[in-house]
Amino acid sequence: MSGGVTQFFESWRRWVMVAAVAFLATGCDRAVILNPKGPIADAERGLLIDAFSVMMVVIVPVIVLAFLFAWRYRASNRSATYAPTWSYSAKLDAVVWLIPALIVIAVAVLVWRSTHRLDPYREIVSNQPPLDIQVVGEDWKWLFIYPEQGIAVVNQMAIPAGRPISLRITSDTVMNSFYVPALAGQIYAMAGMQTRLQMLADAPGRFVGRNTQYSGGGFSDQFFEVLALSAGDFDAWVAKAKQSSDKLDAPTYAKLAEKSRRNPVVYYSTVEPRLFDSIIEKYNHEHRAHATGAPGR
Amino acid sequence: MFGKLTLDALPLYSAIAAGGAAITVGGALLVMIVITWLRSWKYLWTEWFTSVDHKRIGVMYIVLALIMLLRGFVDAGMMRAQQAIALNSDGYLPPEHFDQIFSSHGTIMIFFVAMPFLTGLVNIAVPLQIGTRDVAFPFLNSLSLWFSVSGAALVMVSLVIGKFSTAGWTGYPPFSGIEYNAGVGVDYWIWALLISGVGTTLTGINFIVTIVKRRAPGMTLMRMTPFTWTALCTAILMAFAFPALTVACGLLALDRLLGMHFFTNAQGGNMMNYINLFWIWGHPEVYILILPAFGVFSEVVATFSRKRLFGYESLVYATAAIAILSFTVWLHHFFTMGSSANVNAFFGVTTMIIAVPTGVKVFNWLLTMYRGRITFHPSMLWTVGFVVTFVIGGMTGVLLAMPPADFLMHNTTFLVAHFHNMIIPGVLFGYFAGYMYWFPKAFGFKLNEAWGKAAFWFWITGFYLAFMPLYALGLMGMPRRMEHYNDPAWQPWLIAASVGAALILVGIICLVVQLAVSIRDRRAALDLTGDPWDGRTLEWATSSPPPAYNFAVLPEINDREPLLDMKQRGVVFKKPSGYQDIELPRNTAVGVVMGGLSFVLGFAMVWHIWWLAAVCGLAMWIALVVRASDDEAEYVLPASEVARLEEARYQAMATGGS
Repeated sequence: MSGGVTQFFESWRRWVMVAAVAFLATGCDRAVILNPKGPIADAERGLLIDAFSVMMVVIVPVIVLAFLFAWRYRASNRSATYAPTWSYSAKLDAVVWLIPALIVIAVAVLVWRSTHRLDPYREIVSNQPPLDIQVVGEDWKWLFIYPEQGIAVVNQMAIPAGRPISLRITSDTVMNSFYVPALAGQIYAMAGMQTRLQMLADAPGRFVGRNTQYSGGGFSDQFFEVLALSAGDFDAWVAKAKQSSDKLDAPTYAKLAEKSRRNPVVYYSTVEPRLFDSIIEKYNHEHRAHATGAPGR
Repeated sequence: MFGKLTLDALPLYSAIAAGGAAITVGGALLVMIVITWLRSWKYLWTEWFTSVDHKRIGVMYIVLALIMLLRGFVDAGMMRAQQAIALNSDGYLPPEHFDQIFSSHGTIMIFFVAMPFLTGLVNIAVPLQIGTRDVAFPFLNSLSLWFSVSGAALVMVSLVIGKFSTAGWTGYPPFSGIEYNAGVGVDYWIWALLISGVGTTLTGINFIVTIVKRRAPGMTLMRMTPFTWTALCTAILMAFAFPALTVACGLLALDRLLGMHFFTNAQGGNMMNYINLFWIWGHPEVYILILPAFGVFSEVVATFSRKRLFGYESLVYATAAIAILSFTVWLHHFFTMGSSANVNAFFGVTTMIIAVPTGVKVFNWLLTMYRGRITFHPSMLWTVGFVVTFVIGGMTGVLLAMPPADFLMHNTTFLVAHFHNMIIPGVLFGYFAGYMYWFPKAFGFKLNEAWGKAAFWFWITGFYLAFMPLYALGLMGMPRRMEHYNDPAWQPWLIAASVGAALILVGIICLVVQLAVSIRDRRAALDLTGDPWDGRTLEWATSSPPPAYNFAVLPEINDREPLLDMKQRGVVFKKPSGYQDIELPRNTAVGVVMGGLSFVLGFAMVWHIWWLAAVCGLAMWIALVVRASDDEAEYVLPASEVARLEEARYQAMATGGS
């Protein structure tokens, strides 16, 4: 885009942004998607606003024209021009194909670039190494395994703020969808397969995470708390978990995997070795999980 | 003897379920009593149920759609009421009941409201618009109708005997598999879709052949009405897309019945194959629904702007482009399944591309209004309301078509708001516009306009109030299908949405009143010429309702707007010099009998009553053989009889019906 157009678009974008925020003023701080707390969700939100702004360029005129034409060319308005046989204009025909086409080209470029940039499998570039967490969707709770720390926890995910988080996600039941809207978009959790997701919290805070894929009776209660902690607090949290008398061995896991609702937060000081891999492998004839999700990976 | 069927199947597990069953049974009994009281069974059987006349089949499809619309709306109202009160409480519906309701709501609205409604409109209008005496395969047409009725009846029966699916209208495995869903609900869903899906595939084939082969002399492809064009594209999509759904449901049935592993978690099964198959049908399905609505809008906007449609050829190419592209975007329903960035971006871009021909159509409708003389018949109101509202839904659709944005919005109420924003103002408003536009053609009198306008205003305000809050809730991160929730910030929006649903209810009541008032006052609104709107296209050239043969003499077509052309040449509504014998399809009971048998077959398969299923399957095969060996499927209407019927019409036109 040339400088003038870019400048125009920038000011337009800012204007749309203000309008959108004003529109949702009543619940803006609640509109978690418009209030991201990490760079991934922020970039995804930015994309939403950019595309919204581009499209308003054509949506607003269409709505205005619909009202304008309906009013001006009402049958009772005999002063309006009436051209009953006028049904084609090469220029207008070109315009009606070109305007949507140009907008779509602009948005398509945005799509291609952003989809690659925000690929949930692509780890966040940072001077800190990512923290690995393994996530298992169950009926109807979430299990988080911290392989480095050797701990696990039900229905609570603590992360150090400012450090990239790299999630490996599977399900030990029907399809789930793992979603922490303040930090990143969602991805499906499927039995026998592993999907991945990256996130980062800018600052300490508490957020809600959910399953968004209907999975039966306990679905509505299948949410968990995300605690973004300072580095020191995170270490303290890990230490607290390590104090727990509960240990996630194979029998304990089997009991946990049964259907249950509104599970309280439980910390496990030790985890059965290779638990996450074995959950995937049990759906794959006990072979090493090679399944990585959908095509193209 | 009765498979899994025992007395436990009666819905006595909750008062609400039992009440629903009682209303269903009571309603069905009431209708039967009224028919018996009016001694109408014989009339209905000989004139309607066994009819192969496309116009009557069309009317029966729309009756089915309107009845099922009431049921689907009750489901919607119950969900809105539940979510309005279920903050930190279980509301009045337990999850096991709430999930049946959202599953049946989607299933009914798509398969048994939208599909029969559009098929009905196509049946009524298309053969008249192309100047033919019937569809290519009249018996098949009857069979398709009764398969649809059979599927709808299975869904209704699940209210009374057993439960309905809890797996949503999309029935994703493994949740819909036998391991996680052992009851009969998913089987009801599968068999309803299998049976009605076969009917839809046959409808698609029937209308492709009808439109390609049965046009009046001179009706070239580029002289067909926009509605016929959209019907042709929809028929092609039906014939190519529905088999994918039939296969997906069939394989799921094999998993459930025979313990196979197409879509299970283990033993090599994979849910992703189902999800792909489902949406390979599912996305074209969206355009199956909306293309005919686009066709209606194109007809209505030209007629009530009293102006030629702007950019006809652009519109035709846009329709065809949408039809083809609709097969290239299915993956956008599951960007969140973990496909690579290349795959996701490809499907994101193809989805955007569909916005181009759709945008072209919107501009063409606007430019048709430009310099027109617009009268605001209710059909025109639905059209203007559609343009304004639909572009909002199109915009949110493009937002969801961007994979990274979709990661944030997928499975939230934002998605729910988006597709209702396409399906209510896009699809349903189009069908309502078509219903009010072609009603006089089907019945010979016009619908009351005041009640039609009232219905429009309640529907559109109700729509905005019901669904704009869902966009906001989606931005707040609320997932769809929640039976209860603990975020107090959501509740005001959910209460607003339920008020919107109440307004839509008033809109529905207006539609019912409109029909009742119009029937009462029909003598004052008779359509004697067959051309109540000063129309432009061929269906208005014959009488209302048209005789069984549609046109006494098949018209010669010289223009894209044949009736306007005839009016300008002064040859319209003139008696022809003579009549000839006309061959017409004879009514047959085979269609309705096979439909009934398919219903029992489906019911037997749901409950594992194998002997009954086998008997029904055999009986259907015998019925088909009987039909195929019938050498007297047609009869000849003698020229003298045609002359008598036509004479009566010209007489009525001359004397004003008195």
